[in-house]
Amino acid sequence: MQYSQEVILMTIVGMMVVTYIPRLLPIALLSNKQFPAIVTQWLSYVPAAILSALLAPSLFIHEGNFSLSFDNMYLWSSLPVFIVAIRTKSFFGTIVTGMIVIAGWRYVLVM
Amino acid sequence: MQSEVIENTATSENYEKSTLRSGIMDGFKQAIPIIVGFIPVGFTFGVLATKNGLPGHMTVLMSFLVFAGSSQFIAVSLFAASMSPITIIITTFIVNLRHFLMSAAIAPHLSKIPMSRKLLFGFQLIDESFAIHMANIDRNNFGETQAVTVNCIAHFCWVTGTLLGVCGSHLVADIRPLGFDYALPAMFVVLLVWQIKSNMHAIVAFISAGAAIGLYLAGAEQLCVILAAIIGATAGVVLCNIRKK
Repeated sequence: MQYSQEVILMTIVGMMVVTYIPRLLPIALLSNKQFPAIVTQWLSYVPAAILSALLAPSLFIHEGNFSLSFDNMYLWSSLPVFIVAIRTKSFFGTIVTGMIVIAGWRYVLVM
Repeated sequence: MQSEVIENTATSENYEKSTLRSGIMDGFKQAIPIIVGFIPVGFTFGVLATKNGLPGHMTVLMSFLVFAGSSQFIAVSLFAASMSPITIIITTFIVNLRHFLMSAAIAPHLSKIPMSRKLLFGFQLIDESFAIHMANIDRNNFGETQAVTVNCIAHFCWVTGTLLGVCGSHLVADIRPLGFDYALPAMFVVLLVWQIKSNMHAIVAFISAGAAIGLYLAGAEQLCVILAAIIGATAGVVLCNIRKK
């Protein structure tokens, strides 16, 4: 690493500033405003859209490529996880299922 | 815990104390997957940063001040590739633009909180805590104490995990025992399922998922989440209004 301590510190402070601005601005500026109905409707879709957009690449992309093969453990392990989540709606049940399935899969591969 | 709440309603001071305590307990319970997920991931980050030559105290400081997992991993790889600080900062900005949408979605529900506490809330708003807060809002179970508890536990675990990683980097070969790495994806699955409140939400989720994968493969790895979310939510509004006509 060729950077001096000062450069690293300044970079970290810069990262903090650009991370904080998008997190804070809407909360600071918009929380006391009444939105038009169409904006409220749009925002009501944002949680589902953003969770799905965060999750999909981590499940379907394996080592940089789109993968439906059984090497892609994260994708196939998500099947029982989705089933448990939809059937039970249980927070902990779903998470424990995910951890057991992936640990079990790795254990079987080692055997 | 509930019985304590009832017993303590005699005086308002006790009542406040017990609602405070139940809010903290509630937040703690909801943060368990974050604890399980963040300590190992923070640890991994600490190990990776140290192995790439970032000084230990700077690594911990980054986790404390920036508190953004994916962009911190990217920043370390850019440091290792000798990229300029400006490149690192701009990349961080792009990767974290998605928080703009989260902040906007949660903003109407924070109107009762004073500005000074909004500053803290915004500082600690991350993907995982956002998903938990939105699920609580939907179930009319949202409280400031509980929400701040979730945020602070997440922040604490991220910094602690990083510190452990920095200190223990020489000990490590494999960082994925026992499926801890799957706690966060599994949590996103159940929180997503909770968000599917109508067929239109399911359609929005499918469109966003497809868009995110497509954009990722097309090379927009840093922007895929925010663009896919905008595409998905916009498609939802358009389709919903077409259906009404």
